[in-house]
Amino acid sequence: MRAPTIQKRTEQRGGVGESVQRPDGVPKTKGEFAYSSDLWAENMLWGATTRSPHPRARIVSIDTREALATPRVRTVLTHEDVPGRKSYGMEVPDQPVLAWDDVRYQGEAVALVAADHPEAARRAAGRVKIEYEVLEPLVDPETALADGAPALHPSGNVIRHIRIRHGDQEASAEVVVKGDYQVGMQDQAFLGPESGLAIPDGEGGIDLYVSTQWLHIDLDQLAASLDLPPSKVRITLAGVGGAFGAREDLSIQIHCCLLALETGRPVKMMYGREESFFGHVHRHPARLHYEHGAMRDGRLVYVKARIVLDGGAYASSSTAVCANAACFSCGPYNVPNATIDAYAVYTDNPPCGAMRGFGAVQTCFAYESQMDRLAKALDIDPVELRRLNAMDTGATMITGQEVEGPAPVAELLKRVRNAPLPPDGDAMDIRTLPGGVSNTTHGEGVKRGVGYALGFKNIGYSEGFDDFSTARVRLSVVAGEPQVEVHSAASEVGQGVVTVQMQIARTELGVQQVVVLPADTSIGSSGSSSASRQTWMTGGAVKNACEAVRARLLQRAAQRLGKRHGKLTLDGANIVSAGSGSVASISDIVGDDPIEETKEYHHRKTFPLDPRTGQGNAHVAFAFAAHRAVVDVDLDLGLVRVVEMATAQDVGKALNPQAVEGQIEGGIAQGLGLALMEEIQISQGRILNPSFTDYLIPTILDMPPVRADVLELGDPHAPYGLKGVGEPPTISSTPAIVAALRDATGRPLTRVPVRPDDIVGLDGQSG
Amino acid sequence: MAGPANEVDGLGRCQGGKGLEFLQPTSLTEALELKAAHPGAVPLAGGTDLMVDLNFDRLRPEAMLDLTRIDELKQWWPHDDLIRLGAGVSYTRLVSEIGEYLPGLAIASRTIGSPQIRNRATVGGNLGTSSPAGDALPPLLAAGAEIEVASAGSSRRMPFRDFMIGPKKNALAPEELIVAVHIPKARGPQQFSKIGTRNAMVISVASFALAIDAGTRAISCAIGSAGPVILEAPEADEFIESSLEESGAWDARSRIDNSVLQRFGELVAQGARPITDVRGTKAYRQHALAVIAARTLTWAWDDYMASA
Repeated sequence: MRAPTIQKRTEQRGGVGESVQRPDGVPKTKGEFAYSSDLWAENMLWGATTRSPHPRARIVSIDTREALATPRVRTVLTHEDVPGRKSYGMEVPDQPVLAWDDVRYQGEAVALVAADHPEAARRAAGRVKIEYEVLEPLVDPETALADGAPALHPSGNVIRHIRIRHGDQEASAEVVVKGDYQVGMQDQAFLGPESGLAIPDGEGGIDLYVSTQWLHIDLDQLAASLDLPPSKVRITLAGVGGAFGAREDLSIQIHCCLLALETGRPVKMMYGREESFFGHVHRHPARLHYEHGAMRDGRLVYVKARIVLDGGAYASSSTAVCANAACFSCGPYNVPNATIDAYAVYTDNPPCGAMRGFGAVQTCFAYESQMDRLAKALDIDPVELRRLNAMDTGATMITGQEVEGPAPVAELLKRVRNAPLPPDGDAMDIRTLPGGVSNTTHGEGVKRGVGYALGFKNIGYSEGFDDFSTARVRLSVVAGEPQVEVHSAASEVGQGVVTVQMQIARTELGVQQVVVLPADTSIGSSGSSSASRQTWMTGGAVKNACEAVRARLLQRAAQRLGKRHGKLTLDGANIVSAGSGSVASISDIVGDDPIEETKEYHHRKTFPLDPRTGQGNAHVAFAFAAHRAVVDVDLDLGLVRVVEMATAQDVGKALNPQAVEGQIEGGIAQGLGLALMEEIQISQGRILNPSFTDYLIPTILDMPPVRADVLELGDPHAPYGLKGVGEPPTISSTPAIVAALRDATGRPLTRVPVRPDDIVGLDGQSG
Repeated sequence: MAGPANEVDGLGRCQGGKGLEFLQPTSLTEALELKAAHPGAVPLAGGTDLMVDLNFDRLRPEAMLDLTRIDELKQWWPHDDLIRLGAGVSYTRLVSEIGEYLPGLAIASRTIGSPQIRNRATVGGNLGTSSPAGDALPPLLAAGAEIEVASAGSSRRMPFRDFMIGPKKNALAPEELIVAVHIPKARGPQQFSKIGTRNAMVISVASFALAIDAGTRAISCAIGSAGPVILEAPEADEFIESSLEESGAWDARSRIDNSVLQRFGELVAQGARPITDVRGTKAYRQHALAVIAARTLTWAWDDYMASA
């Protein structure tokens, strides 16, 4: 054996806890990042989709002849051409790959075209002749729930009903407040519309490159509908332009593969922005009726709620969204008695499913509005009322589950309460006033308001689902230097999971050079980039795999070096012993025999909710945040400028503080959008504003500075103590802004997004 | 069965057809000749409306006439008490170069889109689209602008109110192009305000422009996004002119009573003909117009009072 080449101990850079710059940041900023819409293959065709113009209709006939006769068209497919399972869905496979008997929402896919040119494909898609018997759409979820409503699916109209009966159902209170609230349909409004490229392998199999949140659940659904063994379907993650839940359900995946397998050529599909509004699910609109009972001193006695979520035409993830809405319906408060009924209902509206906050957003708007209403009824300061009822470690959820781990609700609230208030607006700079550059006020009619809200949510998948992630780590020597290769199927959707995998490998193995391979299905599942879970779960898997690699490395070192050094450990890239100091470098021990380990990480077991009482230890962990909104409102025009958002959030451990900050600011922007402007407007099942011309999302002049106070209290069950970060910023920012608007205007504002009419009082609402 | 008769390429093109022609004249004369030869050609200036229509497949023109290489359209100059504004001057340039002469139009220009859009978009484009939501249009009407249009061999000028005749409809003949706008230099304070539900990059829900002519003691209003065309509000104009006359406020440079401001706002709101659509309700548009009419009058009058 050669003499050990001891490396000088260098400070480890780019490990856990550092604000490591993400590799895709600069390319995205410069417009050089390759998104899935930039994919290209030699000889490829373009796919296009024929969609139903009707929210509800029966298909009488489909005639593809004219479309097929269009020059450059290679194939036209209908439901008859789906070789395997004719429908798909993550939890309930109720959505047709291509509709055959009924269409249940405007924009439902009925036929597919592949052509040499995208324009020819679009034209031919318009020439598929579909004869419809148009039916009256069922668009009101309460009507769909009522006895005697026509069944939209064989299973009826209720996708799920969660019933929670906690504590004393007859409990009475000294003060009771009731309220009805509504949440509009929000879109995820990601940057990159649905797109991908399918390439047939010539042997009956297929390779798909696509933007998605969970490669393996796509794989399962693809294999079933294509009638192929899973080994014949390979999926690689292409450049993703944001997700926010909108990429959980399939979009182009099966369609693109069907066209490619039929034509034997690569096929690319890419939705435009308008088609994208019909090509993915949205946030569930909700109607919520609440009753809060409290003692005169402010202590909550009971909460009763009836929550109706409009699931639209197909189930998507409505079952899980409904469970979340119910479980988190009372907020992060000690609520001894609860009577909750949450329903997700089929209608002929656009399908709704996952979006950042996932059921916890809708209920947070309602329960926080109720807390303010209760504070007013009790004449108690709204912050004090929240503090009085705040959950802490050891508290019992309304599902009977004990809250383990840090639950610093009162502390978070105190921190946003104590944060200094921003200065008054500058009347000389209209950009700081409501209406902004539109020049609607020079200070006239402007009043300031301050509002608070708390929110919480589960991290990871719940209700007994065995959630796991898989990672493979390989330690080798390249050009004399140790290098780590990390491979997982975790989807980088912009949240930074690639960077986090690198950081963990550096910290665990002391190696500077880390390569994260493209995510694909040649390795086991990593689960979804959803539920604020990916850093915890895939981070955990990478950590496990690194630990296994390290153990083998030290074992090999012990074998090579004999027992004379005693116990060996890894210090940076050096192997050290207590007695002898550095005894070898990683490169010495690895040599040309790489060490590779594949490991899974499973979170601790969860359990189903009891169907009668909704009781059960259904969740892995909870994340909490507090928000304070300061707004300036033009009382005469109903226009708003959010002046500042202050937030405090326990993230357990900030693996990458810069990324945490990004999640907090981005999440607040999305919560602000829901509070003030973002709504897909629907009339009789039809979307009225499927474009960024009329679906407004906040601009830089709408988004205020964020004062973020990040706590790192450490969850004992999580790798490094981390908690998910992505969703809490969205959940309670919306109600905080609306509370601030109420503070300024004195109006009830029971619906989001709040419209100028509501603030001005044109819709019959009164203060 | 086949597609449309004689289609050969799946792109809607027929035997011998050339598909979309992209015409790029470098002089106005050449542009007008091309427009005469291709009356269906859609003029392209900043493209901020046209390219969106193409992307959404709302428009499939046989030809596009790119006007961005014609220097004559990018010029402006003062003549007599007017500014002759070439149809191709961008909003960014309008604000920085001509703002002092055309303050109302400059304020409106600042509310348009984003910096990127203002770098490309032009008054000519706003006129060509003739949307009731065109932000540059109310200040043109309030200021009494005239539109110069030309065809090969002839040109004519018409007041704005004769130019815009309906939502996305104007008096332009198929062989004509918009060449310039002749706008009187401001003879007093001007204002513009626009309602949108976000604080930048927003299509107006309602807008209002006002121009004071301190010489003739006239006040002109124009209302955007609240009717099929940009609307005048003659009753509001007459009311405020006579109120100011009667109270002697022109000479005294004294404040306008709140009751007068309120009545002025009501008359503006009554002059509007709004509808309810995805961007706003009829009731809100009317309400908001009354508010911004009173506010813009106050701001403009403050400037008048402050002027020597």
